[in-house]
Amino acid sequence: MDLYEYQARDLFEKYGVPVLPGIVADTPEEVRAAAEKLGGVVVVKAQVKTGGRGKAGGVKVAKNADEAEEAAKAILGLDIKGHVVKRVMVAAGAKIAQEFYFSVLLDRANRSYLSLTSVEGGMEIEQLAVEKPEALARVDVDPIAGITPEKAREIATAANFPAELVDQVADVFVKLYEVYEKEDATLVEVNPLILDEDGKVIALDGKVTLDENAEFRHAGHALLEDKAATDPLEAKAKELDLNYVKLDGEVGIIGNGAGLVMSTLDVVAYAGENHGGVKPANFLDIGGGASAEVMANGLSIILGDPQVKAVFVNVFGGITACDQVAKGIVGALAELGSTANKPLVVRLDGNNVAEGRRILEEAAHPLVTLAENMDQGADKAAELANAA
Amino acid sequence: MTIFLNKDSKVIVQGITGGEGSKHTARMLAAGTQVVGGVNARKAGTTVLHKDADGNPVELPVFATVQEAIEQTGADVSIAFVPPAYTKDAVVEAIDAEIPLLVIITEGVPVQDSAEFWAYAKQKGEKTRIIGPNCPGIISPGESLVGITPANITGKGPIGLVSKSGTLTYQMMYELRDLGFSTAIGIGGDPIIGTTHIDALAAFEADPETKAIVMIGEIGGDAEERAADFIKANVTKPVVGYVAGFTAPEGKTMGHAGAIVSGSAGTAQAKKEALEAAGVKVGKTPSETARLLREVYEALNA
Repeated sequence: MDLYEYQARDLFEKYGVPVLPGIVADTPEEVRAAAEKLGGVVVVKAQVKTGGRGKAGGVKVAKNADEAEEAAKAILGLDIKGHVVKRVMVAAGAKIAQEFYFSVLLDRANRSYLSLTSVEGGMEIEQLAVEKPEALARVDVDPIAGITPEKAREIATAANFPAELVDQVADVFVKLYEVYEKEDATLVEVNPLILDEDGKVIALDGKVTLDENAEFRHAGHALLEDKAATDPLEAKAKELDLNYVKLDGEVGIIGNGAGLVMSTLDVVAYAGENHGGVKPANFLDIGGGASAEVMANGLSIILGDPQVKAVFVNVFGGITACDQVAKGIVGALAELGSTANKPLVVRLDGNNVAEGRRILEEAAHPLVTLAENMDQGADKAAELANAA
Repeated sequence: MTIFLNKDSKVIVQGITGGEGSKHTARMLAAGTQVVGGVNARKAGTTVLHKDADGNPVELPVFATVQEAIEQTGADVSIAFVPPAYTKDAVVEAIDAEIPLLVIITEGVPVQDSAEFWAYAKQKGEKTRIIGPNCPGIISPGESLVGITPANITGKGPIGLVSKSGTLTYQMMYELRDLGFSTAIGIGGDPIIGTTHIDALAAFEADPETKAIVMIGEIGGDAEERAADFIKANVTKPVVGYVAGFTAPEGKTMGHAGAIVSGSAGTAQAKKEALEAAGVKVGKTPSETARLLREVYEALNA
């Protein structure tokens, strides 16, 4: 889960990382009040989970409360790469002397952690990595040892911080690593980390990604989720404990196992090329135990998507027997009654497939078509979606 | 031959008394796996009752620690069915006991826990091969199953399979059931895993019984790209590939914690191109991948 800048700022503050005062606001009036409270020059910053907001006009400096209110009017409602700004942070102005970059993140390739640091901050890290790779210090971080004060000084030195700054930035690195470790993050990034005119190192903008698998040991993390920004079907699916991702297409997909469902999306997209360009409408993995209840929940989510014109159920019975899946489908259709109103193509293979097919044939539900295999099922579902 | 696991492997189950542990202990025994005991500190000294492949009752001892289980049974493989919150401790215990092979089925392990136990395994000299977490495990059909893969899809044969996904493993074994498999390994879909595509490819290359290899990848990370480099330099046997997730949008996690396209990194297209550049034929769909494998296998025997 990616956090908003203001949420990252709050986490930084909690761990003693130096940050500037900041107040979130949702209306120009609130922005004015915040600017008055902070006093002096402020910066009004769009809160969106995407980069490049400065270039898009999402960050404005205001000399007083009037200017701050005007800035808020311009920024709130702005569309930045498909993210509409609903909230801003009003932050105290900083007198920037120098800009740096620091991040610590999961290094998948090395199955470890990595810190990236540069004394040339301010630009996007991807751009820096390409244009000035020599200015970016990559230092491995051992997941057991972490960033100790000693390690932090090693990082600062590797990044060529001036000697008189090493201790101060190293202290900030140690605290940022604390955020990373104690909050179960997979990324903590500060860009820019600044030196102000008074010689103080401050984290001016932060990005934090939290590991959702670790939510069980962080009661507060669920509260950081922006429920309003979540797709309503995705929110409903989450409540039902279903692994669902809404996509932009016409063929609803239900399958078991993340890999098989991903593969099903691809096969349906290929089939769609021959049927008016229809596309998969979602990712939905019902997992191993496809009981009638899980199947009904899954179908109700998918049928609740007005874009869906046909549904493809693609199940390989591994542990789960196909007869159980078939019973699940029949039970789900009975439970849903007239709300089940879109054609359903079902492909079953694997464990106990003959009995599974027999159950579906015997039920002979008018909406259900049985497919011989995955390719044929995808083709049929795409055809039906295109015809509807 | 097989890789990593054979009929002589002696297997213990960490979490043998739990729901999943118990269910799959029964399935593994039915598949012919030599399950010799289990671990649960709170139930040490008790036994659990199961049936072997012939339907005869077997009484399996429950030990307090992996170390004790190894000493008493000579186990050389452990499989962990432990809730995510306790997985790291279970893995560290298995590493300390220096069990040669550990399979972690558990889904939802915090990635920092995986990073820590991997670092710990390295510190301890990598005496334990780790498969997973969040994986279906490993099967050498006709010999042993340590995992949750259905044992009855297909039998022994000349194909080696390594995959990030469980159900795609089953699907591919099913498509190629007439040929059969030496060993099929599900390495898991988490960002940090123990055994990688490369480890499995190297083992299959060295295994005389394996004649051709299927490699299944998915979006996220760059494991497939690195596997492609490895194949180019080190693998002489024919490899056929499949990558899931061509239609996955950027920034959305597709079921597996590791299956996410971030920016231009981790796309299925990039993985396909890397594999093809290494001489690996890549199928657009599972069925086409099976057909390509059949072609390269038949060409070997022509």
